Amino acid sequence: MGTAFAILAGAFIAAAIYLLLARSMLRILFGLALLGNGINLLILVGGRLTRDAPPILSEGVTVPGAVANPLPQALILTAIVIGFALFTFLLTLAYRAYRVIGTIDIDYMRRAEPEAPPKPPLGY
Amino acid sequence: MQSAPTSPTDWIVILPVILPLLGAALLLVLGSRIAPPIFAFAVTLVVGVAECGLLQHVLTAGPLSMTMGRWLPPFGISFTADAIGAGLALTAAVVTLVVLVYAQENPAETEPRPALYALVLLLLAGVNGAFLTGDLFNLYVWFEVMLIASFGLLAVSGTPQSLDATVKYGLINFIGTSLFLLALGLLYGALGTLNMADIIGKGAAAPPAIMASIAALLLVAFGIKSAAFPVNAWLPASYHTPPAVISALFGGLLTKAGVYALLRILVLLLPLSRDLLQPVIALIAGATLILAPLAALAETNLRRAIGYFLIGGIGATLAGIALPNLSGIGGATVYIVYSMLTISGLYLVAGTIERLTAETDIGRMGGLYARHTLLAILFLLLVVTVAGVPPFLGFWPKLLLLQGAIERMPDAAALPLAACLLLNAFLTLIAGGRLWLLIFWRDRPQPKEAGQELAPLGPSRGKVGLGAAAFLTLLILLAGLWPAPLLSLGHAAAAGLLDPSAYIAAVGLGGGQ
Repeated sequence: MGTAFAILAGAFIAAAIYLLLARSMLRILFGLALLGNGINLLILVGGRLTRDAPPILSEGVTVPGAVANPLPQALILTAIVIGFALFTFLLTLAYRAYRVIGTIDIDYMRRAEPEAPPKPPLGY
Repeated sequence: MQSAPTSPTDWIVILPVILPLLGAALLLVLGSRIAPPIFAFAVTLVVGVAECGLLQHVLTAGPLSMTMGRWLPPFGISFTADAIGAGLALTAAVVTLVVLVYAQENPAETEPRPALYALVLLLLAGVNGAFLTGDLFNLYVWFEVMLIASFGLLAVSGTPQSLDATVKYGLINFIGTSLFLLALGLLYGALGTLNMADIIGKGAAAPPAIMASIAALLLVAFGIKSAAFPVNAWLPASYHTPPAVISALFGGLLTKAGVYALLRILVLLLPLSRDLLQPVIALIAGATLILAPLAALAETNLRRAIGYFLIGGIGATLAGIALPNLSGIGGATVYIVYSMLTISGLYLVAGTIERLTAETDIGRMGGLYARHTLLAILFLLLVVTVAGVPPFLGFWPKLLLLQGAIERMPDAAALPLAACLLLNAFLTLIAGGRLWLLIFWRDRPQPKEAGQELAPLGPSRGKVGLGAAAFLTLLILLAGLWPAPLLSLGHAAAAGLLDPSAYIAAVGLGGGQ
């Protein structure tokens, strides 16, 4: 099962990279969301997928043989929260940029770096 | 294994993170009822004092570690301060203090927004966390904290320029931290641990091909964060758009955290993978060293040109990673400290220049020397410091790096890197000298229309910013004339990075305890 999930994570990341290469900021943002999901899947596979007892023990009970690895879930939960917050911020930013600059095509967003900058002074 | 509770004095390792985080939360809740600038300054001052104590402790008694939540290492999240982490955290606090004072010069940019000071404290918390953490996943979290705070600071002025810059900065840095997380997932899958001290031991025994691929991924991720050559385009696209105070804060703190992470990971955690990646690192370092000052030479926007100086410094630090001996790593550490101070100083002076001339383009500046001699002297001092002219601070880390290159001489990369370092100093001096001549020395070109004469510095508040910049420059000057403390810090940091036994013992993973 691990192999299948590894391939799935790879497919997610490949699709994300395809979207990241686009010029529209919206596509880039979807690519970023997809990239985050692919990486979360990868962390899950990295912690090994097993069919063991859940890692929740009541008091006084000893470990009943093999239990599942709880750490990847903690890592993924943290990564999801952070990724979601950043994604929301960037989505809002894209909307503000669209309102102020008038486009979300990266090629035409040249306010910070004008396309024809002044030539450097040749003497002084 | 350690099981005794941490002694109260050892809590000092967590204070530099907790205090600014709490301060930021308080500022957001209480808003302008508690005079945000003074409150932020006080919090940062306390953080700086705590970090002085921490550095003192680390230099005399070795690395200090604390693990959270009664989970023993390697399972709990460790905070581990060693010489390089504590030294850089202290420098970050000094830069933040100066920046907070400078921000009072032009209150219109900052005063109506208590959230801005909260974001500055949040940024400081993120940077300190990155410098002091002993866990790779925790490092990721601190990088995200830094990223969130810097998004806010970059976009806070809301001009079309800064929104455009935030889009580019935000997208590429989000991709960078995502790649870092990707590498962490693979590392966890390969080693089953993310505790730094634990990785040192387990990484050496793992298959070198797997470790080297992960290290390469981390090199890309932190290359993006620190604006190394092929992935540096976001920095000159964004750092010149916010108010100069914020440029100074970013230039001092953000990229340095990225290059620090590279030092920590490639030299301390995965030295075998570093050896495999050596040609790549040397190539990146050389290209960054040469191309950045050339770009600065062709640049007409003042703050963008300073951004290229900053990138050149990243190349010098990478050259230290490519020369892993006591001198090379020590040089890289001292270089980070020096670059944090000097680049912030340059951005601050640039802010005053831009305010006085009401221009951002050096082609339309000029004649400032007659009006503001002190400003001209400050800028000139900072420029020769950046270029590494002998008695100034920039000279000492470059000397250490050159010494590191000579000590590694049979290595194929050593001689080219030494040449690149010297050429970088030469080109930076030309580019910086040209900036100084154009801004200060030549006559002012004809103003486009009447009434665009030079504005005099305001009577009271205008001098605050100049005073802050002058204080920082004086600090740099003194550190350059009396470099022994900084050099011994660099030596201690390099010794700690090259020999991990003290670090592992401090975390409590020393074999068989």
